[in-house]
Amino acid sequence: MLRLDCLRSVYSELEDYLVVTIMGAVAAELQSLGHRPNFFYLQHAMGLASSTGLGLALCLPNQRVIVFDGDGSLLMNLGSLSTMARYRPRNLTHVVFDNESLLSVGGFPTATSAGTDLEGIARSAGIPRVVTVRDVENFRSAVCEASQRNELTTIVAKVIATGPSGYVTDLSLLENRFQFRRFIQSLTQH
Amino acid sequence: MPVSFANSKLIYETLKECDIRLVSTLPETWLVHLIRMTDEDPEMTLVRLAKEEEAVGISAGAYFAGVKSAMLMQNHGFLASINGIVSFAHLYKIPLLMLISYRGSLGERDPWQTQGGNVTEPVLRALRIPYFFLDSIDSVKKRIREAQILAESSLQPVAILLTRDLMWEE
Repeated sequence: MLRLDCLRSVYSELEDYLVVTIMGAVAAELQSLGHRPNFFYLQHAMGLASSTGLGLALCLPNQRVIVFDGDGSLLMNLGSLSTMARYRPRNLTHVVFDNESLLSVGGFPTATSAGTDLEGIARSAGIPRVVTVRDVENFRSAVCEASQRNELTTIVAKVIATGPSGYVTDLSLLENRFQFRRFIQSLTQH
Repeated sequence: MPVSFANSKLIYETLKECDIRLVSTLPETWLVHLIRMTDEDPEMTLVRLAKEEEAVGISAGAYFAGVKSAMLMQNHGFLASINGIVSFAHLYKIPLLMLISYRGSLGERDPWQTQGGNVTEPVLRALRIPYFFLDSIDSVKKRIREAQILAESSLQPVAILLTRDLMWEE
C-alpha cells in the first residue's frame, strides 16, 4: 500500500478536518495533492504532531482533527499515546503511516521493522480504538469509521517505504502557520 | 509541605486574569498547589503530560485554536523540551508562556537538582529566550502579565523562573 494512495483516498473528506502532518514525505505528498488552508505541516520537531493534534482537539471539541503521524515520529514520543488516551478527545483521529523506516533520512529501519507493534502499544496505552490496515479500501473506511463512531482512534497504516524525490515545497513554513491559524479563526468567529 | 500556598494562589489567580484556559504540566514539588488549583477549576483544562516536550505541541495546538495556555514545569522539564522549543516554537513563531520552577539554585538541598540549576540560565540565554524571575509577591501579577504580552507580541517563547524565595517557606 502506498501512503500517497491512502492520502488520495481521503483527500476530499479532509476538507472537514483540521489536518496536522509530520515532516518529510507525508507533508510533501499531501501538498502534491493540493494544499488547503486547513492543513498544517510540522516540518520538524519530530514526535509533536500528535501533541499538536491533541491540543487542537481539546480546545475545539466540535471540530474534527486528524493527525498524519509516522512510525519514526511516534517512536520519538510514545508518551503522547498515553496522554492522548488519558484525555481521549472524540474528535481526534490519529493515523500512523508505518513504513518501518526513517525514509526521509536515508531509509534506515525503525524498530517496527524488528517486531515493535505500534497497534499493540497504542492499545495498551489506552487508546479506545486501534486498527491496523494494509490496503487503501480499509484505510479509507477506517478513517470514515473513526469519524462516524466519534471516538479517539489510532489507525496504523502499513505502507511501502517509498516517497517523493524531494521534500522542500514552495510553501514557506511561516506562511503555512499563519494561514492555518487564520483559517481556524474564520471558523470560530462564525 | 512548605510550598507556599498563598503565593501559588497568587500565581494561579494571575494566570486566570491573563485568560489562561489550558495548563499542561508534569508534577514537581514546588508546583503541587498550582496543579491542584488547575485540576479543581472547571474553567481550566489541565493536561497531565508524560514528558514536558509534549507541552510545546499542545500549547501550539491551543494557540492555533485561539486558546491561551501556559506550560508549568521544572527546569529539568524545560531542558527536556529544547528540541520542541527550537524546532517548533522558534521555527514557526509560536508564543509560549513557560512557568519554570528554578530548582538547583541557591539554597537547594537536593543534590540531584544542582546540575540543572547550573545550566538553566545559560541555556535560556543560548536559546535567546527572554526570561524573568518571580521572586517577590509584589511583582507576580505584573511580571506574568508582561511575559504573556511579550510572548504574544514577539511570537516566541518567554520564560518565568519561579524562585525558591517565592515558592518555598522554611
